[in-house]
Amino acid sequence: MKVALQLAFCILGMGAVTYLLRLSFLMLPERLQLPAAVQGALRYVPVALLTALWAPELLLQKGVLALTLDNARLLAGFVAIGVAWRTRMTLATIVVGLVFLHFFDWVF
Amino acid sequence: MPLLVGVVPFGLVTGVTMVAAGLSPLAAMAMSILVYAGATMLAAAQLLADSAPVLVLLLVAVVLNLRLVLYSASIRQHFAGLTAGERALAAYLLGDNTYAQSIVHFSQDSTHGLGDARAKLWYFFGISMPMWTVWQASVGAGIVLGARIPTGWQLEFAAPLVFIAATVPLLRDRAMAIAAASAAATAVLAHGLPFKLSLPLAAAAGILAGALAGRRPGPAAA
Repeated sequence: MKVALQLAFCILGMGAVTYLLRLSFLMLPERLQLPAAVQGALRYVPVALLTALWAPELLLQKGVLALTLDNARLLAGFVAIGVAWRTRMTLATIVVGLVFLHFFDWVF
Repeated sequence: MPLLVGVVPFGLVTGVTMVAAGLSPLAAMAMSILVYAGATMLAAAQLLADSAPVLVLLLVAVVLNLRLVLYSASIRQHFAGLTAGERALAAYLLGDNTYAQSIVHFSQDSTHGLGDARAKLWYFFGISMPMWTVWQASVGAGIVLGARIPTGWQLEFAAPLVFIAATVPLLRDRAMAIAAASAAATAVLAHGLPFKLSLPLAAAAGILAGALAGRRPGPAAA
């Protein structure tokens, strides 16, 4: 029950903050503008947070750094990075990444 | 129209991946309706599987969606004079696709007036309401599908793959690459910290390193 409550709180909270960000300037008075300095600082936010989300999924195995051939997620991740670089297509990256994950699992 | 078709596979993948990461179908659907932001939903599912605390999840939702503030600030001038209720509904439907398509249309005619704002609002609803419907239906179908797929397929790995696909096109210059490398190194080194603190720490390190590297004549970054 405690877990369910926490999950409900998470979902409601994430919904609330995401909505407030969408609403922000639509509800603020017209004279309030977004400073250019803030817009500049936002440049590195997506790349930093997204990488912090995916890099450990590739580099760590059960919480330990695993730069070995039996780390199929690392190898499949490298292939996926290559596909993303060449094609810039999210769907191709997902499909090729998943196929190679199973391929490397099978090979090594 | 092509935008609507394009959103279907992403909705499906998001639904399947949320369930594969261990979220219950009900929680996944609730998240889709309440949060209505694909990357945030995938990050949440991945982090919940890691039993990250609520505060870290909220922080991630804020940082991942900061761009929505930019959309909000940019589209506001076109909705001037509309009622609070109309703007509140428009805000809920504001996303990457709906913003991009509307702003292109709005910037083609620059007349200002309340009648004009209402016409723009209806154009925005005409784009964003079908988008919402198709997205929710695709996520729902993905959730149903995901519940039938065995865990051996490791579909939860689709979440980091989506993040990789979103990151790689951003690595256009040296500062961006430094931001990514610093975030990755910090996330791995700080992995042992409790409460998934490694994540906000790694994001902060990446942003700082990128900003330092991006300053043209500046001294070498620490």
